[in-house]
Amino acid sequence: MSEIDTIPVSLTVNGRKVQRFVEPRTLLIHFLREELNLTGAHIGCETSHCGACTVEIDGASVKSCTMFAVQANGASVTTVEGLANADGTLHALQEGFRQMHGLQCGFCTPGMLMRAKVLLSENPDPTEEEIRFGIAGNLCRCTGYQNIVKAIQYAAAKLNGRTYQEAAE
Amino acid sequence: MIPGPFVYHRPASVGEAVGLLAAHGEDARPFAGGHSLIPMMKLRMAAPSHLVDLAGISDLATIRDEGSTVVIGATVTQAALIRSDLLAARLPILRETALQIADPQIRTKGTLGGNVANGDPGNDMPALMQCLGATYVLAGPDGSREVAARDFYEAAYFTLLQPGEILTAVRIPVPPAGHGYAYEKLKRKIGDYATAAAAVVLTLDGSTVASAAIALTNVASTPLFAEEASRLVVGTSLDAATVKAAAEAAKAITDPATDGRGTAEYRREMAGVMVARALVKAADRARTGA
Ligand SMILES: Cc1cc2nc3c(=O)[nH]c(=O)nc-3n(C[C@H](O)[C@H](O)[C@H](O)COP(=O)(O)OP(=O)(O)OC[C@H]3O[C@@H](n4cnc5c(N)ncnc54)[C@H](O)[C@@H]3O)c2cc1C
Ligand code: FES
Ligand code: FES
Repeated sequence: MSEIDTIPVSLTVNGRKVQRFVEPRTLLIHFLREELNLTGAHIGCETSHCGACTVEIDGASVKSCTMFAVQANGASVTTVEGLANADGTLHALQEGFRQMHGLQCGFCTPGMLMRAKVLLSENPDPTEEEIRFGIAGNLCRCTGYQNIVKAIQYAAAKLNGRTYQEAAE
Repeated sequence: MIPGPFVYHRPASVGEAVGLLAAHGEDARPFAGGHSLIPMMKLRMAAPSHLVDLAGISDLATIRDEGSTVVIGATVTQAALIRSDLLAARLPILRETALQIADPQIRTKGTLGGNVANGDPGNDMPALMQCLGATYVLAGPDGSREVAARDFYEAAYFTLLQPGEILTAVRIPVPPAGHGYAYEKLKRKIGDYATAAAAVVLTLDGSTVASAAIALTNVASTPLFAEEASRLVVGTSLDAATVKAAAEAAKAITDPATDGRGTAEYRREMAGVMVARALVKAADRARTGA
């Protein structure tokens, strides 16, 4: 097959406009990590299963290993690097993961955080069951999920102006 | 895992898309959500040299109410099916089924058109479309034609879609208000294709079944419309013996493969179980108006 030309893409990433020439086959995850040096989104399975590569695109969650960068032309992408509050303090979810021990090795965490952000924007006060269903596309090998669920409940409480009360076991 | 190289096209109209497919012949493929095609391209099981992305064709992303028919554009995503108030009111089985496909991220991208055009027997929407008696609208160089979902599938990855054609919309006749429905899917975990699944839509006249349609997912090389099983339950009160007979009739047309999900024997058995559960749930919903 002959040489394929690169084509221009322009998108907003974490509030910043970026423009690059890419090969059409460039996956969004590789574009973010290698072109933009945003290594927060991780490559776990590369087969659309684990969710470690999850980013937010125009308000929805996407596995960036299963999307070409050219498909994001004109879109607004948020990665975990863009999650903290504008004043530099941690987002309620980041605080929740820290307070509730929502991570161990941390490999799945950027994807979990970005998925949870969209989940809470669609459903600000989810039940435990809704949280588990909502993060079903994100795998964690370490925590057993319990503390991830609590971390998201913590963030939901905080964003709703409540203090998180752990349910009695 | 990086797909092979290709030229990317993003047409703004169906006519332009069909023209691009015609110009590039066998080397070109329509591209929608990419959640079946990109994984196959990563494995080099597919290596198209031209991708025609349908995402720029805004006409294809709409859901239209035409009274007795609902018309869903090919690029309407699974997430959009779940969000639609129109579908929740008139065709709630779409939401029930879409929620059992993959996970939230995949549903953001995966489209109805891609799901039904793909031809993978594991896809959930094709059997549902057969159950509902839906029609696919196909656009090609010689204009547009319609094919019934029940006639569309020939074998795994072989459908009546001709090279150069794209599926533009799915036309679904709306079942009467108060109909009962259920999509029952057995899977090992979220994100898994069905071990076996069954779609049921029925109506009751008093306590008697007035009409019924049953279809099956992933228990043969194509989705299966279970005609005999559907016919068996009409005119009955859906008593235990009828449910069992319908499940047996549905099992009889299956031809599942032995795979990681279980032996052929087990999967055939589970097809019967899914049919029985879906029938009971659908009748229950029709009775209680839930
Ligand atoms: C981890 C994982 C789990 C999944 N689990 C399930 C599941 O449980 N059930 C299920 O049903 N699906 C499942 N899927 C598949 C998913 O639903 C896909 O999104 C869907 O099968 C294809 O839709 P798409 O829009 O992504 O199509 P694409 O991947 O873009 O295309 C698929 C095929 O259809 C063709 N095509 C696409 N649109 C058109 C059109 N309008 N006209 C003509 N041809 C077209 C393409 O050329 C290609 O051959 C899963 C996918 C993944 C990655
Ligand atoms: S790396 Fe994308 S889903 Fe695992
Ligand atoms: S914390 Fe290790 S994979 Fe989730």
